[in-house]
Amino acid sequence: MSAELTGAEITIRCLQEEGVNCIFGYPGGAVLFIYDELFKQDKVRHILVRHEQAAVHAADGYARSSNKVGVALVTSGPGVTNAVTGIATAYMDSIPMVVISGQVPTNAIGLDAFQEVDTVGITRPCVKHNFLVKDITELAHTIKKAFYIASTGRPGPVLVDIPKDVSQQKTKFVYPDKVTMRSYNPVTKGHAKQIKKALELILSAKRPVVYAGGGVILSDAAPQLTELVQTLNFPCTNTLMGLGGYPATDKQSLGMLGMHGTYEANMAMQYCDVLIAVGARFDDRVIGNPKHFSNENRKIIHIDIDPSSISKRVRVDIPIVGDVLEVLKELIKLLKTEKDKPDHVVLKEWWKQIDLWRERDCLKFDRKSKIIKPQMVIEKLFEITKGDAFITSDVGQHQMWAAQFYKFDKPRRWINSGGLGTMGFGMPAAMGVQLANPNGKVACVTGEASIQMCIQELSTCKQYKLPLKIINLNNRYMGMVRQWQEFFHGNRYAESYMNALPDFVKLAESYGHIGIKIEKPEDVGDALKEAFKLKDQLVFMDFITDQSENVFPMVPGGKGLSEMILV
Amino acid sequence: MENEAGALSRVAGLFSARGYNIESLSVAPTEDPTLSRMTLVTVGSDEVVEQVTKQLNKLIEVVKIIDLSDGNHIERELMLVKVRAVGAEREEIKRLAEIFRGSIIDVTDKSYTIELTGTSEKLDAFLEATESNAVLETVRTGASGIGRGEWILKV
Repeated sequence: MSAELTGAEITIRCLQEEGVNCIFGYPGGAVLFIYDELFKQDKVRHILVRHEQAAVHAADGYARSSNKVGVALVTSGPGVTNAVTGIATAYMDSIPMVVISGQVPTNAIGLDAFQEVDTVGITRPCVKHNFLVKDITELAHTIKKAFYIASTGRPGPVLVDIPKDVSQQKTKFVYPDKVTMRSYNPVTKGHAKQIKKALELILSAKRPVVYAGGGVILSDAAPQLTELVQTLNFPCTNTLMGLGGYPATDKQSLGMLGMHGTYEANMAMQYCDVLIAVGARFDDRVIGNPKHFSNENRKIIHIDIDPSSISKRVRVDIPIVGDVLEVLKELIKLLKTEKDKPDHVVLKEWWKQIDLWRERDCLKFDRKSKIIKPQMVIEKLFEITKGDAFITSDVGQHQMWAAQFYKFDKPRRWINSGGLGTMGFGMPAAMGVQLANPNGKVACVTGEASIQMCIQELSTCKQYKLPLKIINLNNRYMGMVRQWQEFFHGNRYAESYMNALPDFVKLAESYGHIGIKIEKPEDVGDALKEAFKLKDQLVFMDFITDQSENVFPMVPGGKGLSEMILV
Repeated sequence: MENEAGALSRVAGLFSARGYNIESLSVAPTEDPTLSRMTLVTVGSDEVVEQVTKQLNKLIEVVKIIDLSDGNHIERELMLVKVRAVGAEREEIKRLAEIFRGSIIDVTDKSYTIELTGTSEKLDAFLEATESNAVLETVRTGASGIGRGEWILKV
């Protein structure tokens, strides 16, 4: 008979069984037994962050860049409430994650105990699912379920709340090989008839566009998407979450679409006759005003694993519910046996139109400026890293410039908070990326406002020698807020100016890192080159950029996709 | 849905978070104690009802959903209503209860409590037929629904 283990031991054993080798967390009263077990083993490495929000972002970055389930461990009460921003961030972007939280002992639940919150209640709207484990004999099975739910179907964060007494009690440990749940059976394969119908429509298209989202990245379907698009010679645009799903340097790429998408991508979306949406969800930042979008007559094919994403904002003609990877494989197989081919003559006309839109050169900026243009910093970053770095970002103008000017050719290289738009995401996420990819070049593109929301993590980076390259596009404004105030609020810059900024060079140095301040355009390239040469050091680059630069093109909120403000 | 703690909160939370209406909701364990059955009445356009159904299906504890209004079904709601019953009113209310096929289940010298079952419309009609200041208290369960004949929701 196997010996009995404590709940804490079981928790760690479950993580080992799941092949988890790195978790992010912060200890506290309710998780002390679990931390004690962590201490006694060396298979699961624990990264101590400086704030629970960062633990969850780091687990998130780890998951996004590796396609493994990210794991965070936090204590009860404030540990959990601090983690909520991170959990909601992962939820909005469908990131597979398991969060383990401590809870007060079962006999204290509901009595307003010290560091007690209703964790399951607080996190319910921002998790895929959550559990409170009151019975030690259910613990292993519940953790198995958590990993299963987090990583299958449309992925998402799952939280397991473990009361302190449960982590102390003992039971026999049996880790199930698999779990089945009668109420949870995500579809993977697409409906064959629907796929056939989709192919017919694809082959009849005169002005087709492939619109690819984060689903392509999440299901690891970038090679299949690329094969399909290139076989068909169709144009392809990627969402913010989908960047890297199709190589951005390829001639068939229209770049990103949406609120700050390219002119050609948005015009092609608006005026295509057949739209093939792959793992994307027609959200407000992508299609703008749904009425304006639906005014044009086009047929829509929508491939998505989540039925509730289909016909949510835009009615679609051919829905295909299934895993993007499986459906694309089927589609390619079918296409190869199909005698009909897309009409090259008609497609040529469409490409001609697209080239005319491209001539608008919508991403142009003043390259002769005496002040550093943020776009130029990203272009240089792309050049110097040869497009091969992992780029995380915070939220705001810098995020959009990174998305526009860093040409992502590979999936899982662009790590940003697309759905929730969480400032403070970039640096902790980069820590997770670096830990998942110890030899990878990892840069965090940020701004002086965002970076201060999780600046304490510079300390974590020192402790674990994480050689991140921080690209701080410092315009002394909350740039995106200022841009909206300039466009829509009569230049009244209410509270968007950051007075009393720290000296970032000294700040980085005080944490034991290298800080550089760059003020002239001609120094940008050298600074980046130097920074990436320092392979074992975190380098904080403070680029003093043009304060008045705006992100173009821009589709103002509530407007249609073709109603862009251009440079 | 799974008969588990918190399942009901997930359903209720989903409706408030996404701005859907709940007209009524009734829930209890079934003959299989691991399952609960919930009848939820909501109003919305076809698009909204489609979204409600899809979103509910995404909840991990929801096993199966049917839209009863897609086919022939029966709906019943239970109401307990306490009415003032003094003097001549006593006979009149008794008669009214009979017409609505209700039964008087509690009697005092000043009041009757009537048990009434039917569609929500029938219960509304009873209340309309009763003099409004005579109604002392009402409690309703919300509708429970079931498909007719061969139309069976079973896991």
